[in-house]
Amino acid sequence: MKKKKFRISRIFIYAALILMAFITLVPFAWMLSASLKMNKDVFTFPVQWIPENPRWENYVEIWQKIPLLTFVKNTFKLTIIVTFLQLLTSSFAAYAFAKLEFKGRKTLFIAYIATIAVPWQAYMVPQYMMLTSWNLRNTHTAIILLQAFSAFGVFLMKQFYENVPTSLCEAARIDGLSEYGIWAKIMLPLSRPAVSTLLIFTFVNTWNDFLGPLIYLTAERKKTIQIGLRMFIGQYSSEYGLIMAGSVLALIPVLIVFLSLQKYFVQGIATTGLKG
Amino acid sequence: MNHGKALSEHDKAARRRTIKKNLIAYSFIAPNFIGFCVITLVPMFFALVLAFFEWDGVHQMQFLGFGNFRRLFQDRMFKAAFVNTIVYSAVTVPVTMVFSLAMALLLNQNVKGRNFFRTLGFFPYVASLVAVAAVWNFIFNPSMGPVNMMLSRLGVENPPRWAAGKNTAMLTVIMFSVWKNMGYYMVIYLAGLQGINQELYEAAQLDGANTWQLFRHVTLPQLRPTTFFVVVMLTIASFKVYDQVYMITEGGPGTATLTLVYHVYNEAFVGSPEFGYASSIALVLLVLVLAITMVQFRGSTGTAE
Repeated sequence: MKKKKFRISRIFIYAALILMAFITLVPFAWMLSASLKMNKDVFTFPVQWIPENPRWENYVEIWQKIPLLTFVKNTFKLTIIVTFLQLLTSSFAAYAFAKLEFKGRKTLFIAYIATIAVPWQAYMVPQYMMLTSWNLRNTHTAIILLQAFSAFGVFLMKQFYENVPTSLCEAARIDGLSEYGIWAKIMLPLSRPAVSTLLIFTFVNTWNDFLGPLIYLTAERKKTIQIGLRMFIGQYSSEYGLIMAGSVLALIPVLIVFLSLQKYFVQGIATTGLKG
Repeated sequence: MNHGKALSEHDKAARRRTIKKNLIAYSFIAPNFIGFCVITLVPMFFALVLAFFEWDGVHQMQFLGFGNFRRLFQDRMFKAAFVNTIVYSAVTVPVTMVFSLAMALLLNQNVKGRNFFRTLGFFPYVASLVAVAAVWNFIFNPSMGPVNMMLSRLGVENPPRWAAGKNTAMLTVIMFSVWKNMGYYMVIYLAGLQGINQELYEAAQLDGANTWQLFRHVTLPQLRPTTFFVVVMLTIASFKVYDQVYMITEGGPGTATLTLVYHVYNEAFVGSPEFGYASSIALVLLVLVLAITMVQFRGSTGTAE
């Protein structure tokens, strides 16, 4: 009796899992499939999931139709610089907030936390005017400044560092290690899950950022892949196959970073107390 | 005398040590904090000021007092944006919460391929918005998309016009948002579930609790801090919705999906710029978000323990 009940609930669980996987996956499967079709075949119904004659040319043509290479290079450049700056400055500041005694610690930290609740969109207009008055319109510097110093990163790293036993730092101090040494040789190596979590977030946010580049980057040679792809969709709205090929390409770097770091991810979120 | 001098020497040394300690700490914070001040705090302050001025970015700024806010009351676009933003949030927050909790409960079970499903569930969140919005628009295309093709095969006579329909546009944006973001909150719920002490379940089972009772009396109360965090994050995210709307409906048809941030963007960056007026809309958004976050904070500390 009990066993039977158990089996029924198992069936229910697997059915729900398959439904979830279906809902999540179908748009991506459709995208991939359409990216290999001629425009006239994209919308045939019933959906032909595996195209008979895959049209690989879509993946060649998209590079010729728009300066995709420039967009990709720009996006990589921005993403790498922002991610590096964000990780470095956040973990640096977080160490002080978590493990050092100093005047104004509380006040400064509250200044950070309070701003997490303030949507960027609430002050994007004055920020835009400030940065344009420094002649930063159509520069990548503007996007880097916008993204690199988030309060979120400091908060996340601090939560993690607080779980590292203080006795470790004290022992290192007695051994004559400077605070910088402790940060570099003890804290950083220990904080892999937190660093991976922040890295995924920063990489993904910068790679996928839309409104920032939309406002600041109007010159074509400065645009990122998101803006470039969107521009292409606006101009050639019926090039279905090419749009989907471009979309697949825009997903790949994020997929790689995410898959290579995902084992740290849930662990990172759990230990940083992001759960509140 | 001698003693006093020694003490002050000692004092000085201690003081020097504290100063040095402070300086070292500040040197850790400075790289991030200076950037944060210049790029975030200063513009935030300016946003408060600018809302009371008229400025097109070229001519002299002109002080208006509450002029911009009076104008808001007569602005039908603003009214539509305000209502739409509230409607969007009121639906998106609970629906996303329920779905992400259900997913987390499912993926917290001991099932085969659990890690694969977790990765899968999270993927829409990290996927490029432009790319997935493009697919979404194709799949829900009113005349050729597979969803409506299927509906008409099933005998539905007038399948919904989705993003193009006045009454379904908001629904389409909401469905897209829930699909796109639930994976993120799923991961947070998953972390919360893993933090629950297993002994609580064992004790309740000994008392003869069934699955539903376990969920109702152990899981849910234990998840309260997580739920609070999820609701606050979701609310903040919903009130600033822009990108999804831009890509699915462009705010239309008419003003059916115009949101507050969309209105800010239009006033500041489309056509002749109205930076002051845009800032006053942004200020309304800010007050709204802060007020709701505060109410949620009150509610959570009021009911806990």
